[in-house]
Amino acid sequence: MLKISNLHASVNDKAILKGINLEVKPGEVHAIMGPNGSGKSTLASVIAGKEEYEVTEGSISFGGDILDEMDAEERAHKGIFLSFQYPIEIPGVSVTNFIKTAINETRKAKGLDNMPAKEMLKMIREKSEMLAIDRKFLSRSLNEGFSGGEKKRNEIFQMAMLEPKLAILDETDSGLDIDALRIVADGVNKFKSKDNAVIVITHYQRLLDHIVPDFVHVIHNGRIVKTGTKELAYELEEKGYDWIKEEEANA
Amino acid sequence: MELKDKLVTSFMAFEDRIDVDSPVHDIRSEAMKTFEADGFPGKKNEDWKYTSLKSVLKHDYSVFPKQENHIDYQAVKKYFIHDIDTYKIVFVDGKYSSYLSETTHEGIDVCLMSSALNKPKYRLIIENYFNKIAGKDSITSLNTAFSQEGAYIHIPKNKLVAKPIQIIHFATGNESALMLQPRNLIVVDENSHVQIIERHQSLTDNPVLTNSVTEIYSNKRAIVDYYKIQNDNENASLIDNTFVNQKRESHSSVHTFSFGGKLTRNNLSFFQNGERIDSTLKGVTIIGKKQHVDHNTLVHHIEPNCESHQDYKGIYADSSSGVFNGKVLVSKEAQKTNAFQANNNILLSDKASINTKPQLEIFADDVKCTHGCTIGQLDESAMFYMRSRGIPEKEAKALLMFAFSNNVLSSVKIPEIKERITKIIANKLGVNIGFDL
Repeated sequence: MLKISNLHASVNDKAILKGINLEVKPGEVHAIMGPNGSGKSTLASVIAGKEEYEVTEGSISFGGDILDEMDAEERAHKGIFLSFQYPIEIPGVSVTNFIKTAINETRKAKGLDNMPAKEMLKMIREKSEMLAIDRKFLSRSLNEGFSGGEKKRNEIFQMAMLEPKLAILDETDSGLDIDALRIVADGVNKFKSKDNAVIVITHYQRLLDHIVPDFVHVIHNGRIVKTGTKELAYELEEKGYDWIKEEEANA
Repeated sequence: MELKDKLVTSFMAFEDRIDVDSPVHDIRSEAMKTFEADGFPGKKNEDWKYTSLKSVLKHDYSVFPKQENHIDYQAVKKYFIHDIDTYKIVFVDGKYSSYLSETTHEGIDVCLMSSALNKPKYRLIIENYFNKIAGKDSITSLNTAFSQEGAYIHIPKNKLVAKPIQIIHFATGNESALMLQPRNLIVVDENSHVQIIERHQSLTDNPVLTNSVTEIYSNKRAIVDYYKIQNDNENASLIDNTFVNQKRESHSSVHTFSFGGKLTRNNLSFFQNGERIDSTLKGVTIIGKKQHVDHNTLVHHIEPNCESHQDYKGIYADSSSGVFNGKVLVSKEAQKTNAFQANNNILLSDKASINTKPQLEIFADDVKCTHGCTIGQLDESAMFYMRSRGIPEKEAKALLMFAFSNNVLSSVKIPEIKERITKIIANKLGVNIGFDL
């Protein structure tokens, strides 16, 4: 589904990703861990198509398409979803109107008509209930004045509505209390199927108790330096990242 | 011949044609003297520093259209708010069109300035109100000198006018260049409520210059909501001079939506002559190409315990330019004034410009006055956020711009106007999405 080969990327001429290789198949959950500044969020943004990042070498393919020259919206239309670490506040645009526009623009790109209003409402009701989102919340301006937890739940709500093929969750666990964490994880687990895939980017192992990864990758200094199973996450939780850094230095 | 000279000469002919015994004869003559002495304002005039009339004044305008021109309703229906029942006062090339209008004298007067100026039964209102708050500057004086036709609206006390009133001026293009000077008088008595919509629409590319003056009197506890839809074509220019006089406990609002025209200048002045008055001045400007829109506002707080709310949003593309000059004057007696002013702008291109100038003159010591101006670009991180959810660049931009203007739109009380403005904005931004925010 997603194949990243020797990906190098920089921002303002500063190299951040220095040769990432990663393959994600349908039905898989991958966790990407690593210390601050290792390049985790950059990788997520590059896959989603953020223009500030320049791919200097290597490439990304998704479902057989080369993404390199594609705009962010085209990638979204192909089924890539990025849950933002810091969701953006957009005053004046309601949650409902935003998600409606996103769904219908995606359908338009695929040559489909708008989703019938009734169907849309039903889906909004279902997905918002699943994530314990209050109906009143949906008519508020997108992310404006939302608490950290509300913002993250709202991201997962949008993911559930858009039904992407690949969901990248960038530090979705940060700022969540344990109840919110469980609700968000439940939402992701309900979304998971044999046809889609999830990449979870996180600092901590606690989210991975709820969303169990098939693979855990550790990024350090712009490269994946270690890949393992979920046990690797426990090891990192226990020992921290220093031993990885040391291993890397000694290598 | 220079336009000024042409107007001065025309005035003599104009005076010959109208009743010199009319109560406003002296007012007209006085006003003509002011215009003759001062002429059109130039760049040296501080109030016109950023708006030059030069390119607008160069045409050889007809100042008195010779004939009555007929237009078919179907051809212009789209310029009306036609999905609700309204009164209509419609002018074609400056002449009243009874065919397109729907006036009334049942309990309220929704009719013509020309009849109000001539008929004895309106004499008292004319004497009490005509030209009492209109400015004495040269542009307003020019209109006063030629004041003859326009809308006359008088709502006696305790009337809730259920139907909004539309005032529409069409220019047919039968004249190669046309100058129009409509004069409106609106008097709303105690406890009454009225909603008015004004529009100027040129039907061809021939140059049109409109110098309009509107006097609005909101008497005790009256509510007046006024909407100006400015979406004229690119060779039409408008100088709109609107003066609002409020008595105690009245609420008045003017919303100005500026999307079209070559040059638009809005001179909007509110005078609060009483306590516990509420004044609202709001506007959305979205222009491009070489369009120019200038909002020049004044709120004069004369008495205590009043409020004013100003909120103007502007989005400028291409080489368009905007001006916001907002003056709030708080007299010494006007304690406990609460005056709010905001002007936020987005520049979409390097060649677009905005000059914004808040001007607060406060002579009372116990007041709350806030003002804020911002100039910025569209938020790049918001753009990426929206695009990453599948909303294409153009639509994402449109949605952000619409959201930016939504504060102003949300206070529009007539849903059909809101809907119409929304459509104009979508059209202007070249997108086909609903903004049911």
